[in-house]
Amino acid sequence: MAQIMDLSDGIAAVVHDGDVVAMEGFTHLIPHAAAHELIRQRRRDLTLVRLTPDVLADQLIGMGVVRKLVFGWGGNPGVGSLHRFRDAYHNGWPVPLELEEHSHAGLVNRYVAGASGLPFAVLRGYRGTGLEGRVPTVRPVTCPFTGEELAAVAAINPDATVVHAQRADREGNVQLWGIVGVQKEAVLAASRSLVTVEEVVDRLERVPGDVILPTWSLTAVAVAPGGAHPSYTAGYSERDNDFYVAWDAVSRDRDAFQAWIERNVLA
Amino acid sequence: MSDMMVVAASRALTDGLVCFVGIGLPSTACNLARLTHAPNLVLVYESGCIGAKPTRLPLSIGDGELASTADTVVSVPEIFNYWLQAGRIDVGFLGAAQIDRHANLNSTVIGDYAHPTVRLPGAGGAPEIASAAREVYVMIRHSRRSFVERLDFRTSVGFGDGPSDRERLGLRGGGPRKVITDLGILEPDPATAELVLTRVHPGVDVDTVRDATGWELRVSPHLGVTDPPTAEELDALRRLEKASP
Repeated sequence: MAQIMDLSDGIAAVVHDGDVVAMEGFTHLIPHAAAHELIRQRRRDLTLVRLTPDVLADQLIGMGVVRKLVFGWGGNPGVGSLHRFRDAYHNGWPVPLELEEHSHAGLVNRYVAGASGLPFAVLRGYRGTGLEGRVPTVRPVTCPFTGEELAAVAAINPDATVVHAQRADREGNVQLWGIVGVQKEAVLAASRSLVTVEEVVDRLERVPGDVILPTWSLTAVAVAPGGAHPSYTAGYSERDNDFYVAWDAVSRDRDAFQAWIERNVLA
Repeated sequence: MSDMMVVAASRALTDGLVCFVGIGLPSTACNLARLTHAPNLVLVYESGCIGAKPTRLPLSIGDGELASTADTVVSVPEIFNYWLQAGRIDVGFLGAAQIDRHANLNSTVIGDYAHPTVRLPGAGGAPEIASAAREVYVMIRHSRRSFVERLDFRTSVGFGDGPSDRERLGLRGGGPRKVITDLGILEPDPATAELVLTRVHPGVDVDTVRDATGWELRVSPHLGVTDPPTAEELDALRRLEKASP
């Protein structure tokens, strides 16, 4: 059964220094409030797994929380580069950053294998690309039925997965809808999980296309209204596109970045 | 010239095709086509939105309007495995930082992989779009920095090292069909799989395109000139842009 707790207690219970931590949300439902709590609790040496490291990853990397990034595409969507990510990767500031990169399809299937209790997943991918033979979690495999050569990707089983959702009921059953990304797979692949929600309600009204994560499949639920901002929560908020555009200037400069974190996260 | 690029890409789309759309120029081109000659174009975004009908141009592939106007929204594993990998996409759009003569693409690094001069965003959905879509359209600005003799990194496979490479690698889609730039359009020669300049945009001469290409560019003996954007196309484009963030 998931325990409903404060965000700070939830992060303390679920995410520890040195953990492999998946934080998912595909442009929608990005767990920004939880990331800010990781910064406040000064987590260190995390391996962050995220399909699309964007502003969330830029903030964690810029504050020295992340040692290694496992990812598919890293950028500020529709805007440009991640400057804290680049500074860490090129200059080791504030701490060196190691990368393991995949295609989206490859990393997605690593989660699927992890959630399925399988050692690997199979896909048509990587062949002929520069990543072939370069990523230790990708190997060729021969189909036992057709003899065709395919890509095997190793299962990923994070120590912890952190996601954001619309709401939970008082038992800790979680409901999310809209663009649901890879959150279900990331949660089911992990040893521990924390879901931040906009609100806790008496009864979950079903919504077309919704995903339910039963309370017994989760570790902790924490209420964090607006917890996806500048990303959004369908039914609760809109994507703050202006924030993403403005982030470019904030993140270009180390001092401006630190001042922003000081003001908006640590204060 | 990005108007001409967007209009040229939009015209290449026939009505009813299923298009896998990235953000930026491809999204603009597909939505322009939908508002002009191809109202039944099916737009698929990798965030899982199938049949999205946005009224304004999204800043990200997961903007709320893409989901709320979609025929269905599926998970990211499903979009890649069931819809893209299984061969349900007619046209995939790609951009890149570098392209070579066989339309292979780099969106990973400039310089050496281990110690790059510029770290780019990386692969995302591109490699599987390049391998699985029935046709691929590439949209890229034409310059010697982008049209290179040798890629710094091969993120996505076009035709590999030559005409039989896609088959050898087991890539089931047809590969790049058109490369649309701000100067003209290139298409692969079926015999050699090398890109050939088949069209220039109005006012562009062939030498300008040659100068902006980092290899000895082949030019079609039937070189054509793109029709300039019509008033209707420009009007629809301005309306899309005006409604955008």
